[in-house]
Amino acid sequence: MAGSSELSTVAAEPGVDKPDEILVADGVTRRYGGLTAVNVDHLSVQRGVITALIGPNGAGKTTLFNLLCGFDRADTGRWSFNGKTASGVKPYQLARRGMVRTFQLTKVLGRMTVLDNMLLATPNQRGESMVQALIPGAWGAQERAARSKAMDLLQRFKLEALANEYAAGLSGGQRKLLEMARALMADPSLVMLDEPMAGVNPALTQSLLGHVTALRDDGMSVLFVEHDMDVIMKISDWVVCMAEGRIIAEGRPADIAGNDAVIQAYLGIDRNAPRGD
Amino acid sequence: MSWLSIIALALQTAVGFQAASYALGAVGLNLQFGYTGLSNFGHVGFLLVGAYGMAISADRGWPLWVGLLLGVGAAIVLGLLLGIPTLRLRGDYLAIVTIAAAEILRLVANARPSEPLTGGSPGIGGLTSKLGFFRHNFFPERRYAIGNSFVFTDRQLWSMMWAWGLAILATLLIRRLIRSPWGRVIRSIREDEDAARALGKNVVVYKLQSFILGGTIGALAGALIALDDGSVTPDRWIAPFTFALYTVVILGGAGTVWGPIVGAAVYWFVLQAAEGILKNLWFDVGETMIGAIRLAIMGLGLAALMVFRPQGILGSKKEMLASGR
Repeated sequence: MAGSSELSTVAAEPGVDKPDEILVADGVTRRYGGLTAVNVDHLSVQRGVITALIGPNGAGKTTLFNLLCGFDRADTGRWSFNGKTASGVKPYQLARRGMVRTFQLTKVLGRMTVLDNMLLATPNQRGESMVQALIPGAWGAQERAARSKAMDLLQRFKLEALANEYAAGLSGGQRKLLEMARALMADPSLVMLDEPMAGVNPALTQSLLGHVTALRDDGMSVLFVEHDMDVIMKISDWVVCMAEGRIIAEGRPADIAGNDAVIQAYLGIDRNAPRGD
Repeated sequence: MSWLSIIALALQTAVGFQAASYALGAVGLNLQFGYTGLSNFGHVGFLLVGAYGMAISADRGWPLWVGLLLGVGAAIVLGLLLGIPTLRLRGDYLAIVTIAAAEILRLVANARPSEPLTGGSPGIGGLTSKLGFFRHNFFPERRYAIGNSFVFTDRQLWSMMWAWGLAILATLLIRRLIRSPWGRVIRSIREDEDAARALGKNVVVYKLQSFILGGTIGALAGALIALDDGSVTPDRWIAPFTFALYTVVILGGAGTVWGPIVGAAVYWFVLQAAEGILKNLWFDVGETMIGAIRLAIMGLGLAALMVFRPQGILGSKKEMLASGR
């Protein structure tokens, strides 16, 4: 891919700038009382690639993720998305600008059908204005187009047979699929996935991996938080590793696999320290 | 009194003005609570401003439509005042603020300093002559009866026509809205507002719209009650009125289109039937006891409904199970 080949010349060091940035953050901090959950000096995310955000439990990955998409409020810091300021912007506005997220604990809308879950995500719907809603002629055509787009996506995610079922009836794995498909309905340029593989069986993990790489191949950028090293090594073009709120390493998967700081953060040992024998 | 006449009287009450006004009030509450998931525990406050809008306007000699506009305008202002600060917070805050606001409104209307405006504790009377609501009544002046027990006066028919007419119109409006993309956003907020946010919906604005529209419908119900009563007193707008409307919504099926209308009819049927039975037992139950016992029976009925049919009369079992997550 164009985006990932551009990355081949980028140095594997924390906070390095990328040639084609979709997201840039500076000086982002978030404190909970005395605990600093996030303290990121500089983060740059390349457009058109899959970037993984990894780190041990409590590293601040999900907090940073929530800050970037507006679901949590940062204490300090500025960041921009597609060249426009994104710090202090409300989550729904960021979503409209193309930054669409999923949740670690899936948020499907249980008492709505799978199809309604999909249609909800359609951007710029005229019928969502209270006045125009009263005139079905004002939004009927748009609705039909959204419906066929939704059915195509459901087919791609193998959910089309469930289109008219309540989403509450879906299994955990199907919910993950629905959430990803629903995010795509919103025509995102950056898809933010919060632990998309958490609690998913190995077969479904494979299928989700396929879907994530398909997003990149369709020209979207993906930023995802993940624990599973196998998954990360397989699909990501760039890996950002956090520990104790800071970015401690960045690089291509191969760079990260052998990085001492990463190994130390995950295993809690320092390979270079003198052995105590 | 025979069993048949008890049933007939209960049926008469179920289609009467009171049931219709409860239905209209409940249509508004159903939009807020049943579809949007907003816990408005002060819905009676909206009915109150609708009624007082009508009464205060009549007191100044203004025509009926001005009173209606005043009540609706006051409901919109009340909705904005309560909604803007609380709808961005968690749901419980709305419940606390609305129940308090409704009580404050009632106490202020009751207070001595507000007498020049609200008439204080005795309220405002003489609306019938001032507004001429019944002057346009086209039902010829006589009693209308089916058999000996199903009897309405021409005035009752006139009030019923307006109340049921508005209740049905409001229901059709809500049906149209709920089946549109607007309604889809509203329902998604009930299910999970963070998911709606993540998909680009300005949740606060939608909640405010639903809250205000529901409140406005409530104000219309209050205005009609004022017109039918011919007077407005503060002690009619107590918190149990809100809970009666909740009972109506839940009986009929929260989040169903026709639930409030069916619920209101059933609510008044049960109350009237209970009263009829209690009055015709082989021993004498005092009048005040009857009032209390019939509400207790309603409570037991609601509890039984929660056990055997938690989705309400019109609700779908499948949808109810879906909410169990």
